[in-house]
Amino acid sequence: MTASIHWRENRIVQDRIKKAIAYTIVIIMAVAYIFPLYWLIVTALKTDVEIFQQPPPIFPPNPQWQNFGESTTYIPFWRYMWNTIVISGLTVLGTVLSCTFIAYGFARIRWPGRNIIFLIYLSTIMLPSQVTLIPLYLIFRDLGWVGTFLPLVVPHFFGNALYVFLLRQFLLTIPLELSDAAKIDGASELGILWYIMIPLMRPALAVVALFTFVQTYRDFLGPLIYLQNQQDWTISLGLKLFQNMYGAQWQLMMAASTLAMLPTIVLFFFTQKTFTRGIALTGLKG
Amino acid sequence: MYQMAFTFRRPRLSKQQRRALIVGLLFISPAIIGFFVFNIGPIVQSLQYSFTRYNILQPPRWVGLNNYKFLIESDRVFRIGISNTLYMVLIGLPIHLVFNMLMALLLNTRIKGLSLYRSIFYIPSITPVVASTIVWLWIFNGQFGILNEFLKFVGLPPIGWLTDPKWVKPSLIFMGAWFGGNTILIYLASLQDVPYDLLESAELDGANAIQKTFRITLPMISPVIFYTIIVNVIGYFQYFTEAWVMTATRDGSAGGVANSAMFYSMYLYQTAFQQFKMGYASAQAWILFMIVLIATVFLFKTAGWVYYHAED
Repeated sequence: MTASIHWRENRIVQDRIKKAIAYTIVIIMAVAYIFPLYWLIVTALKTDVEIFQQPPPIFPPNPQWQNFGESTTYIPFWRYMWNTIVISGLTVLGTVLSCTFIAYGFARIRWPGRNIIFLIYLSTIMLPSQVTLIPLYLIFRDLGWVGTFLPLVVPHFFGNALYVFLLRQFLLTIPLELSDAAKIDGASELGILWYIMIPLMRPALAVVALFTFVQTYRDFLGPLIYLQNQQDWTISLGLKLFQNMYGAQWQLMMAASTLAMLPTIVLFFFTQKTFTRGIALTGLKG
Repeated sequence: MYQMAFTFRRPRLSKQQRRALIVGLLFISPAIIGFFVFNIGPIVQSLQYSFTRYNILQPPRWVGLNNYKFLIESDRVFRIGISNTLYMVLIGLPIHLVFNMLMALLLNTRIKGLSLYRSIFYIPSITPVVASTIVWLWIFNGQFGILNEFLKFVGLPPIGWLTDPKWVKPSLIFMGAWFGGNTILIYLASLQDVPYDLLESAELDGANAIQKTFRITLPMISPVIFYTIIVNVIGYFQYFTEAWVMTATRDGSAGGVANSAMFYSMYLYQTAFQQFKMGYASAQAWILFMIVLIATVFLFKTAGWVYYHAED
């Protein structure tokens, strides 16, 4: 009897200790994850003297808020931001549009051979982009597109196998009878897609749009290869300008980096649910 | 497969089927065009270029296997690029995935404030790579960086995080852990799907936490682990932006001291877009393609440990 009580008490204490350890590690890790972002902002608020102070002040005594304003004129920040938004926006449009049609064609129309073709299409996910990089560059060059946004945007109007997969999975869960009933009422495939499927697909489309936006917004290699005139650069290329200048203005570089991060962070806080759903969906593929 | 053979032997489809075929192909036509124009076409073309010398200004000249021969036999930087990239794939990636899994298991202990922690770990993986790498550049800075300040504070000598060839790859791996939040969340989402009654009945049978993790939890989510391995192996073979920004110099080159941070894709980029040796770079691209293909096939062939349980 006493042994069993003892055992139970032990058990409770053990659980408490385990919980305490888990909390401690999680909190330490969370602080470690936040620290670089904290350091970014703090460094952005320092004077050019404080930057090189040793030991560095953990918080600047006189935060230099004007550094943010200054950083946007030191490089043509807003111009680069605008370019990035335009490229990302068009990419989202192309991806959502094309993937919707393609996924519908694979999931909702019963044509012979669709599953095999889909598998072949899906295998393109595993293709390293370097393999197609050079021929594509040469094609775009022959078309006179190098130095414009077109090479970065146009390919996205022809689908993305990963997102087609996501949308197809989603469409497969909607009973086929729904389409059949609409067809009996005289609806065309386009009509079914537009009036029935798209409203139902909205959560999945939001995931695709969001992930595509973030991915394009973060991209570096694409713009590096194709955007040759400095006024066409995206923000990621623009930030590198600081590095190229003599006597790096670290505090301004940090200020501009902070501003460049803001859109995705703000977007994340407004669309957290969509992000979380999207992550669960990407894991679901396994 | 059977269905395909069947349709080929009897091409006569019913009127309805033929209509469905036409409409279906119309709907997926962007994918068909994209598949040939942006995938198959360029793959074949880059194979063709890989047998030529091509500097864009003059038309490509056939050189047979010379590019491959030179790459494998005499190109020292190429060899360094391969070994650095393998370092990332074989050492960096396992460290990251194990770390991400430990974090996910930790977050799965039903702690309070989960959504806050989730946000904290996820945000670095959605901020622009260049912007976040710039912070790390400053953190790693040999003279004024906070890491070396810390070492000084505890009485250790400073480390050339990005300038010492011994340290630059570990530094990149260290930083890379910070970018891996999305994998933590993928693992976490799948952990939350592991049926609780399964764990409970194991506990009643006397299984401890470690046994439960290795015998039940991990096998249950092994398809997701497998998926993240595949995706990340392919991704790490293409490792570029972080290392490029970290080691870029004013003259536009990168790769760090003694090419200690020269990765496969960086060398390929330099060859193609700074030296305009398109044929030579295409050969590199094809070798990468083969390596990735072999790695992927190998992973699928050895996927016996992946457990697919029947959907409920």
